[in-house]
Amino acid sequence: MSGDGQGTPHWFDDEAGPVVRPYAMTRGRTTSPGQHRLDLIALVVAERYAEDPEADNSLSPEHVDIVGLCRDAPQSVAELAAGLDLPIGVVRVLIGDLVEDELVRVTRPVPPAELPDESILRDVISGLRAL
Amino acid sequence: MILGRTERGKAPVEPVTLKILVAGGFGVGKTTLVGAVSEIKPLRTEELLTEAGRPVDDTSGVEGKRTTTVAMDFGRITLREDLVLYLFGTPGQDRFWFLWDELATGALGAVVLADTRRLEDCFAAVDYFERRAIPFVVGVNCFEGASRYPAEDVRQALDLDPAVPVVLCDARDRESVKEVLVEVVQHAMAYAGGPRRTLTG
Ligand SMILES: Nc1nc2c(ncn2[C@@H]2O[C@H](COP(=O)(O)OP(=O)(O)OP(=O)(O)O)[C@@H](O)[C@H]2O)c(=O)[nH]1
Ligand SMILES: [Mg+2]
Repeated sequence: MSGDGQGTPHWFDDEAGPVVRPYAMTRGRTTSPGQHRLDLIALVVAERYAEDPEADNSLSPEHVDIVGLCRDAPQSVAELAAGLDLPIGVVRVLIGDLVEDELVRVTRPVPPAELPDESILRDVISGLRAL
Repeated sequence: MILGRTERGKAPVEPVTLKILVAGGFGVGKTTLVGAVSEIKPLRTEELLTEAGRPVDDTSGVEGKRTTTVAMDFGRITLREDLVLYLFGTPGQDRFWFLWDELATGALGAVVLADTRRLEDCFAAVDYFERRAIPFVVGVNCFEGASRYPAEDVRQALDLDPAVPVVLCDARDRESVKEVLVEVVQHAMAYAGGPRRTLTG
């Protein structure tokens, strides 16, 4: 898959220690090159042409599952991890692969240390009251 | 209606997502609170951590590191098609503060749940949010059998800034939890109007 053949693959974080079993799925990678840490509430959106990710045989079943879950509606990183029953770190790496392959893209949540617009906060308050 | 491929691929709405953290000591009602307002049964996410338990000595090989699973649970409230609020219960153990950092980045604010029978359990959480200048409210979870301290007594015992709201609540009650969350957002707004938040603590 992408990432191979371009420079040294990033197998381990320095202090990763022994490879934990679920990370075998990511071939031991705990970080994804060129990927900032995805927030748990960042949304993963399937690209339009990601119609048939199964056709891409460099993808693992878990990659395919992620694309499938995101196709109907954008999914947060946290929801994907819970839905696939995988550790967050693993899901982040898999999403990173899919972003590189342009099968999904990730929407940025409100930038850290910046509060959302006051109008959004008002909407949150009225939305909560209306629940 | 049969849609062509391009139409079928019409981009779904991409909502704005926001998060509020729910912190507090063990068994104080964090998951209950999330469940009371979430539209989904609280979900669990896990992170695997490799911990250096004690100094690694070369001859002992792999034994020096242990893997721990830390769970965070979360719920979701779709406020509007394009506005979704997530609630995250923080891991209970203080030594996983670095996971809190990850959760706290970009959070709108936090609820610190307190149980008056063991107020000291929430000291760590209060401390954490104060230091990082994250707006929080203290929710005093009113368990039966706990004497109902007036909110002012709790404020004093926790040595809270006068601006921090203290609200009595019942984590099992949806209306009560809604009020607490509204309080968090209002406090966050007031906070934003006040002294600037520092960047990353
Ligand atoms: N009477 C009463 N019981 C409550 C209230 N909130 C929570 N409980 C009960 O307290 C127990 C612990 O609640 P949880 O929501 O699991 O607490 P938690 O903070 O998520 O616990 P940990 O994740 O283990 O730290 C459960 O049995 C709840 O039913 C409350 O407001 N009143
Ligand atoms: Mg819990």
